[in-house]
Amino acid sequence: MKEVGLYIHIPFCRSKCLYCDFNSFPCREDDAPEYTEALLRELNAYQERYNFIYKTVFIGGGTPTVINCRLIGEIMDKIAPRIKAGAEISMESNPGTVTFDTLRYYRSLGINRLSIGLQAWQAGLLRGLGRIHTAGDFLNAYYWARESGFDNINTDLIFALPNQTSDMWKETLDKVISIGADHISCYSLILEEGTVFYNLYKEGKLQLPDEESDREMYRIAVDTLGSNGYRQYEISNFARKSMECRHNLVYWRNEEYLGVGAGSHSKLEGRRFWNHKDIDRYISLVTEGKLPVEGQEELSVDEDMWETIFLALRLNEGLDMAGFNSKYGVDFRTRYGSQLKRLMAQGLVFIESDRLKLTKKGIDLSNSVFVEFA
Amino acid sequence: MAGDRQKHIRNFCIIAHIDHGKSTLADRLIEKTGVISARDMEEQVLDNMALERERGITIKLQSVKLNYKAQDGEEYILNLIDTPGHVDFTYEVSRSLAACEGAVLVVDATQGIEAQTLANVYLALDNNLELYPVINKIDLPSADPEFVKKEIEDVIGLDASNAALVSAKEGINIEEVLEGIVKYIPHPAGDEDEPLKALIFDSFYDSYKGVIAYIRVMDGILKPGMNMRMMSNGKEYEVVEVGTLKPWLNPTGLLMAGDVGYVTASIKNVKDVRVGDTITDADNPCKEALPGYRKVTSMVYCGIYPADGADYDNLKDALEKLQLNDAALLYEPETSIALGFGFRCGFLGLLHMEIIQERLEREYNLDLVTTAPSVIYHITKTNGEKLEVSNPTNLPAPQEIEYMEEPIVKATIMTPTEYVGAIMELCQNRRGTFRDMQYMEEKRAILNYDLPLNEIIYDFFDALKSRTKGYASFDYELKGYEKSDLVKLDILLNTEAVDALSFIVHKDKAYARGRSMAEKLKEVIPRQMFEIPIQAAIGTKIIARETVKALRKDVLAKCYGGDITRKKKLLEKQKEGKKRMRQVGSVELPQEAFMSVLKLND
Repeated sequence: MKEVGLYIHIPFCRSKCLYCDFNSFPCREDDAPEYTEALLRELNAYQERYNFIYKTVFIGGGTPTVINCRLIGEIMDKIAPRIKAGAEISMESNPGTVTFDTLRYYRSLGINRLSIGLQAWQAGLLRGLGRIHTAGDFLNAYYWARESGFDNINTDLIFALPNQTSDMWKETLDKVISIGADHISCYSLILEEGTVFYNLYKEGKLQLPDEESDREMYRIAVDTLGSNGYRQYEISNFARKSMECRHNLVYWRNEEYLGVGAGSHSKLEGRRFWNHKDIDRYISLVTEGKLPVEGQEELSVDEDMWETIFLALRLNEGLDMAGFNSKYGVDFRTRYGSQLKRLMAQGLVFIESDRLKLTKKGIDLSNSVFVEFA
Repeated sequence: MAGDRQKHIRNFCIIAHIDHGKSTLADRLIEKTGVISARDMEEQVLDNMALERERGITIKLQSVKLNYKAQDGEEYILNLIDTPGHVDFTYEVSRSLAACEGAVLVVDATQGIEAQTLANVYLALDNNLELYPVINKIDLPSADPEFVKKEIEDVIGLDASNAALVSAKEGINIEEVLEGIVKYIPHPAGDEDEPLKALIFDSFYDSYKGVIAYIRVMDGILKPGMNMRMMSNGKEYEVVEVGTLKPWLNPTGLLMAGDVGYVTASIKNVKDVRVGDTITDADNPCKEALPGYRKVTSMVYCGIYPADGADYDNLKDALEKLQLNDAALLYEPETSIALGFGFRCGFLGLLHMEIIQERLEREYNLDLVTTAPSVIYHITKTNGEKLEVSNPTNLPAPQEIEYMEEPIVKATIMTPTEYVGAIMELCQNRRGTFRDMQYMEEKRAILNYDLPLNEIIYDFFDALKSRTKGYASFDYELKGYEKSDLVKLDILLNTEAVDALSFIVHKDKAYARGRSMAEKLKEVIPRQMFEIPIQAAIGTKIIARETVKALRKDVLAKCYGGDITRKKKLLEKQKEGKKRMRQVGSVELPQEAFMSVLKLND
């Protein structure tokens, strides 16, 4: 019996947000029953083969709440026997796609953590992002969720948006704090190739805040959330006491997880592998009785060590050097002596009770730190 | 005495401006005379290096013996000696020409005479060659052969009434060219009974036979077993093999006056077989060597460093191998504080430099950092000592310099008249001295300027092309050295001078260059974890300053759905980019920074 995290991907959306490059397909909800059918078969294949116990579950997308909620019910029925008692079971949602009834239903399935994509408070900014909801829709969803018994609610926010000012960002944070969200994710907008935003930017039609403003907004988030009882535990994540997302900790602690659904990623037994992104391809492969795996990567010890380091450094708890030494049979301080010396001299990392951590500056320049250990 | 044998030989070359169709015409002549069957014929057999193909130019000489039965019923041997078609290789061209009695002058029927056409014509006339005009590309709609004929007559003063009108591409009138060669180009008239006198016009290294010298026998005979002597250095060798060029080596056992062919003599080093040198019989030497020999001189220098210091030995091996076939390539080890161990390399000119760099990267798979090109400056120190400096780093302190001299070239620029103003402005900017201007006809002019070579080696050619929409053509030759008010411009990054970025510039241009160099570096140096001041300085005086702001953000926020692989790829890419940087003091410099000086717009 092996304890792993389980990720379930629902690749459907009502409409594609302009910045989104995730594996999601708008207006294809009609395919959801067939897709869910395939998903159950894929889950079944793994469950037959391996004796996994799911210590965390995360249903992500796309927008899981855009498909008929009964389909989520079918999925939960399938995995319920394998879920560890007391496990965190999260689901992502979009405010425009939930009702009091559906939320109550989700809660009744055992889903105990809801993540709501708000992104920004201001109607103008939301429109600019191509979001299908308003702040009002968010508030409705939030209170319905509370009423339904969700006592662990996350809110996703994005900063450094086109035309966003520091004041707007501050307002967004204040609103979310005031309603008492348990967990807040703050992502800096990244322009990904192939998105509408990326193309607009290339054409010079997108005014983005500069790096200075981006860092200022980040600083505002860290300070505002920190002084309101939200502890930063990862570069982009903040939570009230013991409300950290346990599923995401699985990734950052470089533990094992299984991902099912189109385009999902898994890490099992020193191997990373990922599924085909295309829904039709995914469905047809699974229907033929095959695993829908598109590619895989066998990790060398060196690579695994690097992944462990850079994932751990994303967390405020940092890298447990003693743990690292016993896991890999090396001495961290010797092996990375020159990097440590350089990075400490640059004020990017520090060591605290045998844990290596990023400084504030180190967080801003985290990629530069990570590549040092490659 | 020219025997009957020599009356049936024609030694000729083809001269043309680049792209006027020299190689294509050569192909057709070879095809027509059946040296190589059509099936075996690869396009443009004379241009056999991949790089030459790509650039459409000939670098390494090739020669071929053609057998042709003329309309008079007689069998003729036509030795076609190929010439490289670029200004850098003027000396090599002149030696090939010296091996001939005549030249086929190819002019594009749509373009007319260009700068290189003229330069080559002058070279041919210097070597007393008979010119036989061929007007090519008559199949093109814009062809105007009558106009071109008139131009040849007016500009060169050559009777063009016998010019062949051809299309090498379409194979039109090729026979007429062969007839014209027999008819208009004189046969050799050497004396077989005189002591051996043979001109080396090319050489290359073969790992089995040693150096193979391409020669033209002027007088006497050459055969295996003879002792031959190189007249420039007195070295003697026993002849192993002689033969003709088909173009592959075809041993014949004998070469006689008037013949073109090759000789091998187990010679180890291509440097001992110098183009332009005279071979004679060691046991019965001729009195005087053939005129025109000179040692090739490198005009342009640059530092070449391995991007990865571990590749130093590989770079050294590669340079050694290239030099086997390229006596004009010089290299010696040098060290730079910024770049570590590398080589200072000397080239005939800019094109030669680019070709060597490309061959090192392509054929030897080396990743290189090259410094900005420099010329050789002549320095006279206050203590009377004289020295030559090709690396700005080696320039003595200003107070020790009495005066400096820099190389000046005679530049010939041919252009449609509408661009004369733009070109004059360009030459003025580049410290040119106007010599004269001639109108070839109403619409075209030749501008003659004296220009400092160090103004040409940067981006003169590109600037010329862009100001004239590509219509102007350009040629130059070294004129000599002249006193000049030059200074060394240093670049300081984070207050430390970076030796590999120093360059020598005229005092009047130092401020502008310093400013644009600092600006350019600001563009190419990526932001780092701290602010980097970029300063341009003459001595201790700072003349320009820019700042690369500190990197504030290098963070990927979202790690979505466990897709670590993608994030890792991004980081690996970043790491790869970092590896390509040179750590200079505390600053990381991209390789392109070292070539920045080449890309300044002024």
